[in-house]
Amino acid sequence: MRRFELVTPGSVDDCLSALKGRGAEVKVLAGGTDLIAQLKVGMLKVAAVVDLSGVAELRVLEGDARRGFRIGAAVTARTLERDAKLRAALPSLSESGALVGSIQIRNLATLGGNICNAAPSADMAPPLLALDAEAVIAGAGGRRRVPMASFFKGVRQTVLGPDELLVEFAVPATGPKSGGAYLRHTPRRELDIAVVGVASQVSLADGVCTKVRIALAAVAPVPVRATAAEQALEGQPLTSQAIARAADLAVEAARPISDQRGSAEFRRHLVRILTRRTLTIALERATA
Amino acid sequence: MAKQVLSFTVNGEPVEALVQPYVTLLDALREDLGLTGPKEGCGTGDCGACSVHLDGKLVASCLVLAMQARGRSVTTIEGLARGGALTPVQDAFVRHGVPQCGFCIPGVLMAAAALLAENAEPSEDDIRYAIAGNLCRCTGYTKMVEAISEAAGTARNRGSARGA
Repeated sequence: MRRFELVTPGSVDDCLSALKGRGAEVKVLAGGTDLIAQLKVGMLKVAAVVDLSGVAELRVLEGDARRGFRIGAAVTARTLERDAKLRAALPSLSESGALVGSIQIRNLATLGGNICNAAPSADMAPPLLALDAEAVIAGAGGRRRVPMASFFKGVRQTVLGPDELLVEFAVPATGPKSGGAYLRHTPRRELDIAVVGVASQVSLADGVCTKVRIALAAVAPVPVRATAAEQALEGQPLTSQAIARAADLAVEAARPISDQRGSAEFRRHLVRILTRRTLTIALERATA
Repeated sequence: MAKQVLSFTVNGEPVEALVQPYVTLLDALREDLGLTGPKEGCGTGDCGACSVHLDGKLVASCLVLAMQARGRSVTTIEGLARGGALTPVQDAFVRHGVPQCGFCIPGVLMAAAALLAENAEPSEDDIRYAIAGNLCRCTGYTKMVEAISEAAGTARNRGSARGA
């Protein structure tokens, strides 16, 4: 690995001081499963790395379905997978954590890292989008909150400024009759990258759907919401016909490319199938 | 660039080493501490040959900087057996003839030990899930699963899966 200086701050403010004015020559290290691999192959060249492992605030995990959750940027994929409260209250996010890498990777990889790496296929992005989560970002002027729907700017590009640090995610209360699910298609269950990923979140009242969110990964330069499909379902009973129609509409939100993982046509097919399946599971969980 | 002092616990013993800030935990263990059980297969976290426990959690040591282990506890395959006696899962690997070329085995055993520490009665699916991050190119997974399953039973019969 090329040489770099290692900075080991103990607080968010110390992190910001380490980042200030250094632009792209400094990178923050959370789980390292993307960063160290990229540094090793020379895809990234940096003068300094800021190790976040000493910043306890970044591992905050608190809340419940009634109040919403605060989830620190350095919470690991393995914690998302195994934390009993998260599994019960935010199953889509928990499922996305369980699908990343292998156990060796999940014990390192973080929620914030998966999001800031900003791969179009990031598994944790669709659940956060479907949960209407906000990113809490610290900078010189204090903290700002950015809805996940406007966090991504392009492939590997986000709204984060060079002097800013992603601190945590705020996930609003989902309510008593709400359910979610995340599914992806990969040829291999572990250590693979989504050909397509879909998260759905539905809320019910009096037998009709009061709110629905459908978010897609790996079908556009950034993770996207399927808003036409959402609008078709809101205010309606979630019958299998309504779900099938929404799955068709979700395909229109996808702008997939063809690459070695799958053709654009296959990806559109997967959006339809996975939207139908995640809506069906989300509905079951909302009524359970 | 100046080396830094890394103070941490390795296989139960306090250790100090002088390491460059850009060196991985895997390289520090192998090159500075002489612990060559963890192997570099891919160097990108895909093969699991470098697996160690960091504060009791299974990690790919090729993706951890050595200095990230400061103040923490690392267990390698060399520290799995205490007092010269093999753990039940190591013993089962020997009796089942699991190792072929052997390169992946230290990593697989660390994955198996992590599984048995949190799940005393793993199903076959649990075992396969737990070692999914470990590649064996001799393709010896069937015997691995049998040996881990048997070791879980052995440990259970002794009343505890601890140290399995």
